[in-house]
Amino acid sequence: MKYIKILSLVFLAAFTLQNCSDDEDNTPTLPDFSGTFTTADQMGRPAINTVLVTDGRKDAFNTTVPSQQGAAFASDFATRLSTLSPTLATDDDRNLLGLNATEFGGVLATDVLTVSLDGTTTFFDGTNVLTGRNLSDDVITTELTLIFGGEDGSEIPTLSDDNVDANDKAFLTVFPYLAEPF
Amino acid sequence: MKKNKLGLLTAFLLAFGVIFMAADHIEAPAVQGTSADITDFYAFEGDSDKIVFVANTQGLLSPAASPDASFDENVLTEFNIDTDGDAVEDLIIHAIPRDGVMYFFGPTAATGNTGLSGTVAANSDVTIVDITPYGSTANIGTNGDISVFAGPRDDPFFMDFARYGEIIGGMATAFNDPGADTFAGTNVMSIVIEVPKSMIGGTGNINTWVETKTR
Repeated sequence: MKYIKILSLVFLAAFTLQNCSDDEDNTPTLPDFSGTFTTADQMGRPAINTVLVTDGRKDAFNTTVPSQQGAAFASDFATRLSTLSPTLATDDDRNLLGLNATEFGGVLATDVLTVSLDGTTTFFDGTNVLTGRNLSDDVITTELTLIFGGEDGSEIPTLSDDNVDANDKAFLTVFPYLAEPF
Repeated sequence: MKKNKLGLLTAFLLAFGVIFMAADHIEAPAVQGTSADITDFYAFEGDSDKIVFVANTQGLLSPAASPDASFDENVLTEFNIDTDGDAVEDLIIHAIPRDGVMYFFGPTAATGNTGLSGTVAANSDVTIVDITPYGSTANIGTNGDISVFAGPRDDPFFMDFARYGEIIGGMATAFNDPGADTFAGTNVMSIVIEVPKSMIGGTGNINTWVETKTR
């Protein structure tokens, strides 16, 4: 009798295990996502391609891997910056970060967004620089200031701030953070 | 001296003659106006131990156009994460839609899947969410500590783009104060994923960028 009980327990255990295994097999099958996908667009920091890449090379910038963008675009960026802004016209002209056109162009050409995993994440908050990008960060004014503001950030004030400082809808404090559509 | 600089600037801008296209909206001929056109990329701390990645595409959607906007099943959105500072991705997160559902794969090692072409990382952990229709409350998918969203949202980007265009075009020499947000009242198609920092390097700095890839 005892033997039969133990035997049935063994069967029960085996059956349960089999059930577990069945459950795993029953996870929904994924759709077929096969195929080769090729880069169409890419972006790290805001507005880089838009502002600093010359018209004939915008598609090329989108399809050059970041590790090769510096070699391919840094020189173009430096020329563009010194042409665009009188405050970066010569090697002695520097921006708020202390970078001249050549150095700033070199930094921006590798178009990746650096994000801190330890501290505050922000594009610029008055203290931290380029440690991420929040929805609320006024990235355009930051970039205008770095291009037109000169050493102290105020050389051409009328071009260093577009005077739109915030979004037209409040962001959420919880996931998914972006506001509902209009 | 300042006057000279401004005069010089105007001349420079006239010669420059470029039309500014905002954060990344319609910035390059091959992608502008397509379902693969990225408008913006954000990466920030959400919960204190997590990072949020946002990829917005298909910008300047009017409220009238938004109910018909959709994700393209032939567009793969790839978040790239470089953990060792060489601007080569070490980890990737993939998002791809099918039949009203957005499938998120990873974060997973980018090994064998770096660069400009690759395949969907469908062998890695998947987090799924029903794409939120226009006008509905946001659907949020979760898998452990990962949260995901896909659907139309207000375009979080703000800028007086119109005035910038006038300045660049030589029709103005200064921004207005206050400026006018050219992107007010427009929507984008958003893909959002929040992941624990421990899954993307833990500490230090990461370099990130987003790609859309088509087949």
